[in-house]
Amino acid sequence: MGVIQNQFPDGFITTKIDGLINWLRASSIWPMTFGLACCAIEMIQYYSAPQHDFDRFGTIPRASPRQSDLLLVAGTLTKKMAPILRRVYDQMPEPRYVISMGSCAGSGGIFDTYSVVQGVDNIVPVDVYIPGCPPRPEALMYGIMTLHEQIKKEKYIRK
Amino acid sequence: MDPVQIAKMIEEKFPDQVLGTVTHAGQVGVMLQKDGIVDVCQYLRDEPSLKMDHLADLTAVDYSTYPDDEGPRFEAVYNMISTVYRHRMRLKVRLPEEGPRIASVSSVWQTANWHERETYDLLGIVFDGHPDLRRILMPEDWEGHPLRKEYPLKGY
Repeated sequence: MGVIQNQFPDGFITTKIDGLINWLRASSIWPMTFGLACCAIEMIQYYSAPQHDFDRFGTIPRASPRQSDLLLVAGTLTKKMAPILRRVYDQMPEPRYVISMGSCAGSGGIFDTYSVVQGVDNIVPVDVYIPGCPPRPEALMYGIMTLHEQIKKEKYIRK
Repeated sequence: MDPVQIAKMIEEKFPDQVLGTVTHAGQVGVMLQKDGIVDVCQYLRDEPSLKMDHLADLTAVDYSTYPDDEGPRFEAVYNMISTVYRHRMRLKVRLPEEGPRIASVSSVWQTANWHERETYDLLGIVFDGHPDLRRILMPEDWEGHPLRKEYPLKGY
């Protein structure tokens, strides 16, 4: 820092481009909400209720996969729903992330049966798993902040 | 109207279709031959003193693991209610293990369409004359009928 210190007029800052871009990306994670079961209720609570108000982290839920960075799978994924989850994931532009919310999404949970997918990682790659049945909103908040940390470590310009 | 009285009306109108009457917990069910199900349903819906205008439920039971049961394996169950008179009725039809088939009542009540699809999907009972008998809950390429007692919990 010593070399460029006082070399610019007031109002300039210096930073790394990866750091800046990743900071911007992490601060505007737009999730495609994929509420499948009771976890979806918890997810809604955490998006919109004033106690948690996750909009302040830049997490603004979108109704379209084409505008989203994050696929938030909340709830029990049945085998009938699995192709639709995959289609939604395929429609999302890269870079994209997946959070598996709850026991059912993570492993099938208590539904070890013929009709339930035993974990959404059989269908799409998952970045963050959040355990719980359902997870408390704080846990989901922690999951998204974990994703923030992951994004901030990425090398965006040169892979 | 008292359900016992309704059962009596059905028996008088269709003497060769009715096999008997079952009462359980104050609820009356009429056992029927499978040939006359559409006629009986049509009668229950259109008879001015009955007006069973709402099919509350249509499902089936697999009796294969009942130790004391000696009848045919499946039983189709029709629950209906009159929104005019607030009385209820239940019809039951036993169906054989090999090729369980029964006539569709979707011409009588529209709502039977999806109920029959569900019963077909989960128990494999074929409803003759149904306009669109496809699976409704399971994926279209699914094999087997999951609510049959021999179906393993985790699938084949």
